Amino acid sequence: MKAFLILEDGHVFTGTSIGSRKEIISEIVFNTSMTGYLEVLTDPSYAGQAVCMTYPLIGNYGICYEDQESLRPWPEGYIVRELSRMPSNFRSQDTIQNFLKRFDIPGIAGIDTRALTRILREEGTMNGMITTNENYDLQEILPRLKAYRTGKVVEKVTCSEPVKWKGTGYKVALMDFGVKKNIPASLNKRGCQVTVYPAQTPAEEILAARPDGIMLSNGPGDPKDCGDIIKEVRKLYDSDVPIFAICLGHQLMALATGADTKKLKYGHRGGNHPVKDLATGRVYITSQNHGYVVDTATLDPKVAEPAFVNVNDGTNEGLRYIGKNIFTVQYHPEASPGPQDSAYLFDRFIDMMGGKK
Amino acid sequence: MPKNPDIKKVLVIGSGPIVIGQAAEFDYAGTQACRSLKEEGLEVVLLNSNPATIMTDKDIADRVYIEPLTVEVVEQLILKEKPDSVLPTLGGQAGLNLAMELEERGFLKENNVRLIGTTSSTIRKAEDRQEFKDTMEKIGEPVAASLVVTNVEDGIAFTNTIGYPVVLRPAYTLGGSGGGIAHNEEELVEILSNGLRLSRVGEVLVERCIAGWKEIEYEVMRDSAGNCITVCNMENIDPVGVHTGDSIVVAPSQTLGDKEYQMLRTSALNIISELGITGGCNVQYALNPDSFEYCVIEVNPRVSRSSALASKATGYPIAKVAAKIALGYTLDEIPNAITKKTYASFEPMLDYCVVKIPRLPFDKFISAKRTLTTQMKATGEVMSICNNFEGALMKAIRSLEQHVDSLMSYDFTGLSEEELLEQLEIVDDMRIWRIAEAVRRGVPYEKIHDLTKIDCWFIDKIAILVEMEQSLRTKELTEELLREAKRMEFPDYIIARLSGKTQEEVKALRKQYNIVAAYKMVDTCAAEFAATTPYYYSVYGGENEAVPENTGKKKVLVLGSGPIRIGQGIEFDFCSVHCTWAFAKEGYETIIINNNPETVSTDFDIADKLYFEPLTPEDVENVVNNEHPDGAVVQFGGQTAIKLTEALIKMGVKILGTSAEDVDAAEDRELFDQILQKCEIPRAAGHTVFTAEEAKAAANQLGYPVLVRPSYVLGGQGMQIAINDEDIEKYIGVINRYTQEHPILVDKYLEGKEIEVDAVCDGEDILIPGIMEHIERAGIHSGDSISVYPAQSISQKAKETIEEYTRRLARSLHVLGMINIQFIVYREQVYVIEVNPRSSRTVPYISKVTGIPIVPLATRVILGHKIREMGYTPGLQPEADYIAIKMPVFSFEKIRGADISLGPEMKSTGECLGIARTFNEALYKAFLGAGINLPKYKNMIITVRDSEQQEMLPVARRFEQLGYKIYATRGTARMLQENGVHAIRTNKIEQDSPNLMDLILGHKIDLVIDIPEQGVEHAKDGFIIRRNAIETGVNVLTAVDTAEALVTSLENTDIKKLELVDIATIAGR
Repeated sequence: MKAFLILEDGHVFTGTSIGSRKEIISEIVFNTSMTGYLEVLTDPSYAGQAVCMTYPLIGNYGICYEDQESLRPWPEGYIVRELSRMPSNFRSQDTIQNFLKRFDIPGIAGIDTRALTRILREEGTMNGMITTNENYDLQEILPRLKAYRTGKVVEKVTCSEPVKWKGTGYKVALMDFGVKKNIPASLNKRGCQVTVYPAQTPAEEILAARPDGIMLSNGPGDPKDCGDIIKEVRKLYDSDVPIFAICLGHQLMALATGADTKKLKYGHRGGNHPVKDLATGRVYITSQNHGYVVDTATLDPKVAEPAFVNVNDGTNEGLRYIGKNIFTVQYHPEASPGPQDSAYLFDRFIDMMGGKK
Repeated sequence: MPKNPDIKKVLVIGSGPIVIGQAAEFDYAGTQACRSLKEEGLEVVLLNSNPATIMTDKDIADRVYIEPLTVEVVEQLILKEKPDSVLPTLGGQAGLNLAMELEERGFLKENNVRLIGTTSSTIRKAEDRQEFKDTMEKIGEPVAASLVVTNVEDGIAFTNTIGYPVVLRPAYTLGGSGGGIAHNEEELVEILSNGLRLSRVGEVLVERCIAGWKEIEYEVMRDSAGNCITVCNMENIDPVGVHTGDSIVVAPSQTLGDKEYQMLRTSALNIISELGITGGCNVQYALNPDSFEYCVIEVNPRVSRSSALASKATGYPIAKVAAKIALGYTLDEIPNAITKKTYASFEPMLDYCVVKIPRLPFDKFISAKRTLTTQMKATGEVMSICNNFEGALMKAIRSLEQHVDSLMSYDFTGLSEEELLEQLEIVDDMRIWRIAEAVRRGVPYEKIHDLTKIDCWFIDKIAILVEMEQSLRTKELTEELLREAKRMEFPDYIIARLSGKTQEEVKALRKQYNIVAAYKMVDTCAAEFAATTPYYYSVYGGENEAVPENTGKKKVLVLGSGPIRIGQGIEFDFCSVHCTWAFAKEGYETIIINNNPETVSTDFDIADKLYFEPLTPEDVENVVNNEHPDGAVVQFGGQTAIKLTEALIKMGVKILGTSAEDVDAAEDRELFDQILQKCEIPRAAGHTVFTAEEAKAAANQLGYPVLVRPSYVLGGQGMQIAINDEDIEKYIGVINRYTQEHPILVDKYLEGKEIEVDAVCDGEDILIPGIMEHIERAGIHSGDSISVYPAQSISQKAKETIEEYTRRLARSLHVLGMINIQFIVYREQVYVIEVNPRSSRTVPYISKVTGIPIVPLATRVILGHKIREMGYTPGLQPEADYIAIKMPVFSFEKIRGADISLGPEMKSTGECLGIARTFNEALYKAFLGAGINLPKYKNMIITVRDSEQQEMLPVARRFEQLGYKIYATRGTARMLQENGVHAIRTNKIEQDSPNLMDLILGHKIDLVIDIPEQGVEHAKDGFIIRRNAIETGVNVLTAVDTAEALVTSLENTDIKKLELVDIATIAGR
């Protein structure tokens, strides 16, 4: 069956429908990872977005459920050049076609994903619609696309009840703004007992549990849509508990301490972004997924200073908080998908909490 | 970290002659690195014995030495040029081995020269089997159970503990020379004893066999600050067991999930960090297809064939970046030359799929075993890019120029199902075609996978192509079907053939439905950043990014020479690149089409635009339709380009230079005879025939021996000397194995001096840089002959005649550009053998040794400049003060079963140069450069056919005078003894031991001189002797003239101090 991808600037791509046939409107973004499509699909940070994979051959190794970063796929839609008709891998349990259908995710295949990427790169991230309706009416649709806002998505993706990961090491409170499984898993692997808290949990409740450290997770959407959460984060900042934050967590901490965030033209989504650790000069290849960034011009030098920078475009990739046991990064040390080079940051967090236990 | 200011003058070591396992990729890497060093304002001294390379050009380095790659030469060169640093990581294994020896001798330290780009401890850790194993164990990287052995007994004992089969890998050899898989003790003993002999240090690794696992490679870069990145990973479609150089390879990996991908990536980074490599490195893995278990197979601490492939596959210039790292820069300081916005410290992301297929020489070595093993056999490779695997595979197949264009190109329909299944276990170059046949017959994927161990994902892709063949045969050719067939890169003529239409009808349909090729950019970043480098590949469907801009310049299309093969090597890439540069200098916009990832011409900054595409009429037409060039040049790209002439004319593209009609006239026997007659130039009598009967009649009329060959030949393919009717029948059979569109030539065979000339003609005047003379008499292919410039043994009168004939021929053929002519001087008479109105194999060599830049001159001539106006006096140029000798280099030890005896069919893979003020020193250097380093034991074997015994006698005597002990079989021994040479008579191999074979396998023989009978039925004995000698590393010569040259060279080994010649100072006069 035919499917159409309609962009808010009027571009229309015609392809084949994959997954669900339902019609969606969402923000359209692209990801350049060559492997890890299941990790991308199940990353809650994609809530409210339809993601285009720039690598043209998707689904080659099927679906291995243990690789899921959460219990379900989150993108509103999925855009690929080609889905493999026959996955092949010793762990494959299902095809991506079935997976999309089961979770009612609509998608489009067979379009020139490179052309789409070039449009997004030149014009910036924009909204779009995936539909199977051949009689679409651009006049009617385009204003709707322009008007569409992602809105508050953190509450959609966060857990409803605290979840515990057993361990004998440090007690870590992990704020779930849309957390990827490999964050608690990375801590747990280092012995930590992790409690994953719903995003709306008051700071007092978290601090009352007397954690050795607090982690703020990644998550979807515009950080400024998280006003209530930012207030709680400020309280966490004021406590003297060591804090490590990733992605949205990093942005929320910046907002909570008076800095500002801004939207990138088309974001960083992929597994090849070079990030320089300003303390050592070392460059690490990182996994990234963000559309917003902390505006370093708005940083109060008494509060925080840049600790990491993106080698490509010079944007901020991490902050060190002055006089605080807090550091935050924009990228994803938990990888999944992507390079594992930054896993050492979890060790650094362990050190902040007092070193190996 | 900025550039190290102490580095001012760098010696770069190249890789020497092209042999299997070490080919053009090192010219590409070396050239890119030298340019990168010069860009930094450094003085570059280059050493490479290979004159066909681009790197040995004075445009590339400041000082250029085309000298043998021996430790003594490097030491002498360092003393002469006093570089402060040596960069050895760009010259393949040869360069690395030299650096190790220099370091071990303490020479570098003594002379305050530093190794840059690597350290000796790094090289040792990566290359020494035991140290490598220890290092991997230290960092917890798994390697297959293995033991380094120095004798056969230990090998057997160890194998008994781990069980057969085992893989054997000799230390410090290239292309896996002497390695293999042993399934039983007999094979173990054979391969192991051989490997021990070939290894520089007499060590062989005996390893648990992990054949059948997935073979995955990572290309990794690291700088001195410890920053690491992976450039790309690659998956071999052929599982472990086939050398990666002989495997079909896809990039990026297709069947690995992120967990596997990252596991191996992290491992590769750990390894490069532990080895302390600063630069590029290649890590090969075996990955268990049923678990996360993996083994590190091998690490190459240098740029390699795989890194060349990775560079072309991703656009990331590994050699350039490696050179900058060697100077002290860190990855985040080096700009990405493709995007110009980002830096070298990122990882390329592909939004397409790359397929590489090796070009194997079995069409040249018909008797050779086609089996693929851990010993590399390919002479070259092709690469293709598409946004789907099926299309990339189809494009790569038709790029091979081996009479294959689809998965239907080999016919296995005659096999029973049982036979087919049996044959699926054969690992050779036809395996994917057998798989296609199995799929056609409905053999289940799992069954095919069990027999081949090839991943089902690839089998399914083959099945998709087979299904498309079926659909085209059986279904109506709708728009949708046609679109889908083109998406998978089925050529129009195949679609036509399958669907029962004509090619024109298919083309018309495509036009009607607007199904046209669009071009996408290779930009290293999957379109995330705007890139400026115009490096393109085609896809069907989608946006065309290669929209021509009106630059106001005229556009020229330069057609490359495709994969490196015997007979068409790196020389033609040299010519294509220089032609491109010359056009650019003349103000043209330049466009290159080529498909060879190993070459300089496919580097992203050689032409204004690079189309990485197959060199077939349809693919070229697509580019032409997009670019509308003002003209095309075909005379620099070998036969590959010449073959496209007719098609280009049909597309309405103007052929620049000599016209197609005149090219035809040189190839068409009758037209050519008319021209010779008109020019009053004699040639050996001959006839043009079509059938075996006609050929026999012609031969008998001319009198045997005769030369038989198809017209339009390359490297003497299919050319043979026939001594009787039987031979003729056999040859015609061989020639006709492939569709023969052109007639067959039968010529009287004249056994004279062979002379070769390259010339430039501007329509009126000619310029001959020099006359080259072959050491071997006519009958041995010019590419396999030792070639001497200036000609030594022909009279002044003959030279004048040659000059005059060249002028007449060039004018009569209306040559505009290059012409290559081969003559025979027989009893003071000059005859023409053949004329090629195009660039030839000897062009780089003669340009360098005369200092006359022939390709740029020819290019300017093509554009209307005159020889006189460019400052040259027309005619034969004055001879240089140097004697330059081009020595062919062979790779026979790599090709099991190939007959090594020389004849009219070319067999050498590369060449090296000896240049000196005297003939003897030049000859000595040439043999040294070719790796013939004698004496060792001073024992030799001579077997000579009766007709040449008298000629052999003085040569044998001279060897004896040098102290050689000569072994010979009955006939030769008797002849030598009767003439006072003390030959020791030895039994033939079919006779009782001790016989010739025992001598050879006893590893005490330096040299075998075996002059076989001519004709088809080469004595079986001789074949076995030659093969065994080659496979045990013994030098074998099959022509008296070569033997004489060698003995002359050996008589001069007292030349202790070689005079090194800086080619860059040779100015054309």
